[in-house]
Amino acid sequence: MTEAILRQIINYAHRADPYPLYEELRKTPVYHDADGPFVLSRYYDIQSLLHDPRISSDARNLKTPATANPLAAEADDETALPPSFLRLDPPEHDRLRRMTNRPFGPPHSPRRVHEMHGELKDIVSGLIDGIDNPDRIDLVDQFSYPFPVTVICRLLGVPREDEARFHSWADTIAASLDPDPGADTDERAKVSHNARTELGMYLAGLIEERRKKPGADMLSQLSTAGGPDGVMTTMEVLSTAALLLIAGHETTVNLITNGMLTLLRNPDVLERLRKDPNLAVPVVEELLRFEPPVQLVPQRTTLTDIEVRGVTIPKGASLWLVLAAGNRDPDRFEDPDRFDPDRGDIQHLGFGSGIHSCFGAPLARLEAQLALSELARRLENPRLLEDPPPYRQNAVLRGPRHLPIACDGIRP
Amino acid sequence: MSVDGSLDRLKREGRIVVVGASLAGLRAAETLREKGFAGSLTMIGDEPYEPYDRPPLSKQVLLGRATADRTGLPRLRAVDAQWRLGVPATGLDMAARRVRLADGDEVEYDRLLIATGVRARPWPQEDEAELDGVFVLRTRDDAEALERSLAQGPRRVLVIGAGFTGSEIASACRERGIAVTVAERADAPLVGALGGVVGEVAAELQRKHGVDLRCGVMVTRLEGDSAGHVRAAHFSDGSTVEADVVIVSLGAQRNTEWLAGSGLGAGLRGIACDAGCRAFDIRGIVTDDIYVAGDVARSPHPLFGYQFLSLEHWGNAVAQAETAAHNMLSESADRRPHIWVPAFWSSQFGVNIKSVGVPSMGTEILIAQGSRSEHRFTGVYGYQGRVIGAVTFDQTKWLQFYQQLIETTAPFPPAFPTVDRRPEGQQPIPADFPDPSVPTHGPTVTLSGYAPDDRRLTFTPARH
Ligand SMILES: Cc1cc2nc3c(=O)[nH]c(=O)nc-3n(C[C@H](O)[C@H](O)[C@H](O)COP(=O)(O)OP(=O)(O)OC[C@H]3O[C@@H](n4cnc5c(N)ncnc54)[C@H](O)[C@@H]3O)c2cc1C
Ligand code: HEM
Repeated sequence: MTEAILRQIINYAHRADPYPLYEELRKTPVYHDADGPFVLSRYYDIQSLLHDPRISSDARNLKTPATANPLAAEADDETALPPSFLRLDPPEHDRLRRMTNRPFGPPHSPRRVHEMHGELKDIVSGLIDGIDNPDRIDLVDQFSYPFPVTVICRLLGVPREDEARFHSWADTIAASLDPDPGADTDERAKVSHNARTELGMYLAGLIEERRKKPGADMLSQLSTAGGPDGVMTTMEVLSTAALLLIAGHETTVNLITNGMLTLLRNPDVLERLRKDPNLAVPVVEELLRFEPPVQLVPQRTTLTDIEVRGVTIPKGASLWLVLAAGNRDPDRFEDPDRFDPDRGDIQHLGFGSGIHSCFGAPLARLEAQLALSELARRLENPRLLEDPPPYRQNAVLRGPRHLPIACDGIRP
Repeated sequence: MSVDGSLDRLKREGRIVVVGASLAGLRAAETLREKGFAGSLTMIGDEPYEPYDRPPLSKQVLLGRATADRTGLPRLRAVDAQWRLGVPATGLDMAARRVRLADGDEVEYDRLLIATGVRARPWPQEDEAELDGVFVLRTRDDAEALERSLAQGPRRVLVIGAGFTGSEIASACRERGIAVTVAERADAPLVGALGGVVGEVAAELQRKHGVDLRCGVMVTRLEGDSAGHVRAAHFSDGSTVEADVVIVSLGAQRNTEWLAGSGLGAGLRGIACDAGCRAFDIRGIVTDDIYVAGDVARSPHPLFGYQFLSLEHWGNAVAQAETAAHNMLSESADRRPHIWVPAFWSSQFGVNIKSVGVPSMGTEILIAQGSRSEHRFTGVYGYQGRVIGAVTFDQTKWLQFYQQLIETTAPFPPAFPTVDRRPEGQQPIPADFPDPSVPTHGPTVTLSGYAPDDRRLTFTPARH
């Protein structure tokens, strides 16, 4: 039975509700099948492996190169760019992450995210104002999708007049991460490759400009700011910018969409949120536990033989850390399958943990809090038109492809 | 519940007295109420303030980023107690179960928690200690006075003693652009707590930030001007440093004098208690109604060969207070041992330092990750072939892993590769702790032997 479980998880038929499969998976805490990866699904095991210095994020340490990893849908077309810090170990990881953090977070830029508050709110308001037909709204296409791309544009400092082009590249790349089984894959790959190349060239040009005439945006600061770690090379800035775009896009789309879906399935919480926007803080944390946008981290490998619960995982093995299964581990969370923003202790794995824990977390939280509290406040009597909604193919970055909803009207 | 119902009665209408109204005292009181204690609770504290937090005193407060009166500890729940603040306890009558107060009052208890902590060791020459401009740093008042004098822009500050507190003070001064000299008897800062190998990095950090660091010297004399303000310090190497502010940072003394003659096992090294936080009397017999927690306690730890540990650590005070409170209200079978793994943090010169376990027990150190010259590394301490402690400089996220190695008494040196292993991390080297028989003034973990009452030291003759 367990033999097929990974295949079942990948199987699209289970996309809407993989949680019973995860429960099954947790019964074999270190799951391994033939040539497949070692799969970890218990909260404490995942948490401790994410803090284990014998574990590497660098694919060069894999015994067998990760070819066509069915879940690692993150495109490997980054070939032209050096690996981003997501795929590097210390000290390179630390150096690049520190340099990226300089213009983004404390201690050097403690106010950056906070200061985006007004701008984020305007974007959210603009998108909700733009909803013309309250009888049929696709929350994904009309709201969740455009929002994070616009945010990344503003963060990086993409000029307003170029935002539309940026959106279309991002859409193409995102679509390639989620291949439709019926589509012409070669054609898809070509389109996506072109989009990447164009985006790369566009960013390279922008970096060139910002080197000459720096502004207050992140791209300027990444290309020019010289801290104790020096300045990034153009290639490093490029791969970092691409990382911010990709890591911060689909994930945030899913968080907002999963969020609205979950709220519509829990109308009492939705009603409370409508009355009290501050509830957005625990709601978003509980969402990151209950429906994490990144279901599993598929790119870790062992630098040496390690033992977990009596099982030896050999050096160079591929590890999958199933965050979404750990988040529902009854050893860690009481009544784990209940969506309950009032649980006092929501130390979820939704953003990972350890040195690779989500770099964009403060921004992602703010985006989701604003989006959900505004949607709750402004949509009058919202309801789901389809439950479950149609999901995307991707089992790692799991979320609805469309979320058809209706409401009685839009409040001002 | 208990056979004779006495525990129920204690919970319902008992009298619990807490002496020492700071971190440990407050957290214990909160835990008692949380566990359903409905009787009377008296909090006795000699400071006039509600419980406040000390770590910010040498950090944010000295930087002028927070004021000393804003360091009140967050309340986790209401405690509904009688607060006797500004009144020291002066004596204990164990037989009559009574605490004597300085104002002549006496308070009776069914259970007593002692959490009187430590105080700053003063400069030994009293007349010199009384000069204007000479400070210690332990309390809110100390911090306020020191901050005020730093704000006036002294020409030079002298810090005597480069333990954690002294180093943090020097760091704050440099951040405010004030010239600082640090005098340290050992060969480097922090050696008492972390050893010479790591102390060297601390020394480099200080010098890089412009501290005039002088190691291997002692301050022999403080000199005042005609107005009674300190103006200079004389060193054992014959040199002199002119300074208008001097901070004496020579470690701590346990607040146990008030127990002299009481029959409790209390002395210079603190109050010995068992792993369940129950105090020993001077005969080495454990009491059943007197509990100890926080900086003043010394208790045996199973992970460290049941040696008695004295920990001046924030996290220890909280954990021990919770355990003491739990045990006060429990039958013997339900009691819990206090087996908190020591953990400490400090921030200085822009670096986050954290340690777990007992580095000072270590004889060897392996720089398992990162590099000392980059001031970012993880050092692992070994003792008799096992991992006994670890320290990180700006690598906090790895510490949890090494804590697990300590808890599982993993072999030292760790035999596996890790990310970020550098050439310097191939071999362990001697950790270079000073001779333990020479007293140092920085270690925040002190191993104080095996005996619950060290007779030579704990019999402090009554002085008043
Ligand atoms: C400047 C400074 C910085 C620090 N930084 C850190 C840090 O970064 N990390 C860390 O882990 N730890 C740090 N510490 C240590 C931490 O603050 C202590 O471990 C903690 O305060 C211990 O709490 P406690 O309640 O046991 O003792 P204390 O806080 O010392 O409290 C004891 C209380 O009892 C009172 N008292 C004493 N005698 C009597 C009596 N006879 N009658 C009535 N009351 C009495 C005292 O006045 C005091 O209020 C720092 C300490 C200081 C001073
Ligand atoms: C809801 C939204 C998001 C979720 C659920 C999420 C989740 C995650 C997770 C699980 C990781 C860890 C990957 C690993 O351990 O290998 C990660 C890393 C990362 N995330 Fe996010 N993320 C979100 C939004 C964002 C945003 C908005 C940004 C950018 C602004 C961002 C940037 C990054 C980066 C750069 C990393 C790599 C960190 C490193 O390797 O050190 N993320 N994210």
